[in-house]
Amino acid sequence: MSLLTFTDRGIYCPQADVYIDPWKRVEKAVITHAHSDHARWGMGAYLSHYYSAPILRQRLGQDIRLQTVGYGETRTVNGVHISLHPAGHIPGSAQVRLEYQGEIWVVSGDYKVVADGISTPFEPVRCHTFITESTFGLPVYRWQPQEEVIGEIHDWWQANAEAGKASLLIGYALGKAQRLLQYLRDDIGPVYVHGAIALVQDALRSHGVPLRAVTQVTPDIPKEAYRKSLIVAPPNAIGSAWTRKFGAQSLGMASGWMSIRGARRRRAADRGFVLSDHADWDELNQAVEATGASQVFVTHGYSDLFARWLREKGLDAGVVETQFEGELSEINESGAEPDPEVKTETAP
Amino acid sequence: MKHFAHLIESLDQTTKTNAKVDHLVDFFAAADDPDKVWAIALFSGKRPKRTVSSTLLRQWAAEASGFPAWLFEESYHVVGDLAETVALFLPPPTDSTETRTLSEWMDLLQSLAGVEEADKEQAILAAWRSLSTQERFVFNKLITGGFRIGVSQKLMVKALARHTGQPENVVSHRLMGNWKPQTIQFHDLLFGQDAGDDLSRPYPFFLAYPLENTPDTLGNPADWQAEWKWDGIRSQLIFRENTLFLWSRGEELITPKFPELETLAASLPARTVIDGELLPFKNGSPLSFQVLQTRIGRKNVTKKILADCPVVIMAYDLLEWQGKDLRELPLQERRAILAELVLTVGQSDLLRLSPEVTFNDWDQLADLRSQARDHLAEGLMLKRRSSAYQVGRKKGDWWKWKVDPLSVDAVMIYAQRGHGRRANLFSDYTFAVWDEDQLVPFAKAYSGLTDAEMQQVDAWIKRNTVDKFGPVRRVIPELVFEIGFEGIAYSPRHKSGIAVRFPRMLRWRTDKKAKDADHIQALRELLGSEIPP
Repeated sequence: MSLLTFTDRGIYCPQADVYIDPWKRVEKAVITHAHSDHARWGMGAYLSHYYSAPILRQRLGQDIRLQTVGYGETRTVNGVHISLHPAGHIPGSAQVRLEYQGEIWVVSGDYKVVADGISTPFEPVRCHTFITESTFGLPVYRWQPQEEVIGEIHDWWQANAEAGKASLLIGYALGKAQRLLQYLRDDIGPVYVHGAIALVQDALRSHGVPLRAVTQVTPDIPKEAYRKSLIVAPPNAIGSAWTRKFGAQSLGMASGWMSIRGARRRRAADRGFVLSDHADWDELNQAVEATGASQVFVTHGYSDLFARWLREKGLDAGVVETQFEGELSEINESGAEPDPEVKTETAP
Repeated sequence: MKHFAHLIESLDQTTKTNAKVDHLVDFFAAADDPDKVWAIALFSGKRPKRTVSSTLLRQWAAEASGFPAWLFEESYHVVGDLAETVALFLPPPTDSTETRTLSEWMDLLQSLAGVEEADKEQAILAAWRSLSTQERFVFNKLITGGFRIGVSQKLMVKALARHTGQPENVVSHRLMGNWKPQTIQFHDLLFGQDAGDDLSRPYPFFLAYPLENTPDTLGNPADWQAEWKWDGIRSQLIFRENTLFLWSRGEELITPKFPELETLAASLPARTVIDGELLPFKNGSPLSFQVLQTRIGRKNVTKKILADCPVVIMAYDLLEWQGKDLRELPLQERRAILAELVLTVGQSDLLRLSPEVTFNDWDQLADLRSQARDHLAEGLMLKRRSSAYQVGRKKGDWWKWKVDPLSVDAVMIYAQRGHGRRANLFSDYTFAVWDEDQLVPFAKAYSGLTDAEMQQVDAWIKRNTVDKFGPVRRVIPELVFEIGFEGIAYSPRHKSGIAVRFPRMLRWRTDKKAKDADHIQALRELLGSEIPP
């Protein structure tokens, strides 16, 4: 029997009777990171990295049964050595390594190879079989360095401020928002955040993640204060009544999808900034190679194409259907973060 | 080129028309004259003949990147734009010291005509290496054309009017017609002698908006002239210095396609410009648009074509008469002269006056409108009798009042990713109706849904794909849509034997299951009296 199998509940290790990021209720779940399409409600027990804990509790309930570990710390379940390793996606995000009788599998979860300065940087883990995401698994997706993007954001803010406009910058509440906030230059002027982001920011900070303190948008702040300011908000704030108080404003979005002109125009954002927490094409290839794996399973994203590419390079690569965002993430980036209750339904 | 690439980037970064005009004005202020002329030409779709095929571009981009060709094709389906795919697919530039101007690049591209393929390849690869990703995208657009970047002719005219300090309608008129960016000077284009300096130059067309409310909101019926809205090609017939020119509304000179019109030269008065509809017309009545389309598609105008698809100019308006610009006169006066002129020409097999549809009150007109299809018309045109002939699409004096579309309920069976702002989104669908227990495809449509609906359908498609053929996905036949179309005709080229015109989605019928969709009989009934070929 294979160390990991793919079931309709999620990726499963029969020997340890453990699921990884399951999407249906199971007894034991290892969680790669706290985004809601990977960490779902209703599992008997959870295992995650220490930094994921505050968000998991915030979103899934204070009373969940949750064990946490640090990176590289091993738990042994029925002979299977399970450990988490940095995935560089968001703070606390992990690859899951499973070893049984000398055979090693690694599940990547979501990852990026380039260090973002707030997540523990990605570490390649040698294995026989690697299960990788492929959200941006085409050569047209290649990211520019973070400093350049931050520079663009700064220029955009400056032009807006000169025109007397507020800058409303959109990014996921967990991960993207912290990254944006951490690296804004000090001279950017007043910065405010949406309540959903303040919640995440505070939870991570109180848990020891070294992040900046932020100022939440509250009713007692005079409206004039927002002129020339930068406001960071999650996608569901777009077009909401909440944004009206900022007066004249420019809308910017930070996402990997912004590298495609069509996607940018579809959002009707004034500016798209190409900043992703997923690996680009080069990073995906680099990561796969660094594992030394001879067998690769490709999940959410351009999985069939990336798998074909790997096969042509001589690897034994296949596609695994999962219910992680994959292709769908583009849609979700334009709206709220994916809601697990809605996600499993088939529209309409 | 940096200037121009920057302009494109700035235009891309805003959806607000005023901001776009500002960017254009800034560009015109900074660019040198040859670059200005090229920018105007590119934005108004006046491209020189292309010198490098897209097949070659694809091939070279794949080779230069070191990736297999299939990966390029798949990326193209996702990006939805060839120029952009090439720009992104290539490895990052090696030297960005490029300083050539837009017109120098255009010259370079022109110089590639007739050059050996290997030399073309070298020139293009060298260009790619020296340009940033954004500049590459713009450069590729210069090759492939289709500069659709949210700059309408209207916006450009606005910007040029501001830049040159001339009224918009003057600028608009100057940009019409046959000028060539390779040879014309900016000053001559915008300030040269009057219309006479270009014999073939047409006037900007006056276009109507669809009527949004019921016509009784227009006031007194006596103030309005109604005509059939003919289903042909809106055209301008120009006769100056004994030469005849026919322009389509798409600003194409189509005179050679319709040699029979030359006969009119014998009887048209000198210096005449008529606005009308080029209409397939036989035995005293119009033919369906499809007949005309077939004729346009043919390379040579044969005797058979002339016999199968004779055309007339159905005259709507008179813009120039005896060399005078009549556009400021009230419509009723222009029309009176036009009627007289058509009568004098006396060639009703080539030139006819579009008849007035007479009516006493709006209810009566509504009845008449419902008979439009019997006349092979798309509906009615309503024009204020006192109206001047304006420039471009304007509200107020002219309205089009089309008949409601024909429609059937159909099942989505295939989906394909869209282009442009629908890149990477399944937005182009194929629809089928039942024939016994089989679903027969009969129309493709990609418009009519809201963005939110399209995203929902896109998500559904990704979850309900049965099969993939290249960019096309076969989906579970489950979603039903009401498909509207303007016309319907027999067509041996379609599997269903039927071709529909301007199909689009009117509604997503979430209340219907696939089995509730229409049968092919419903389409056949709509064909009504049309005779199979």
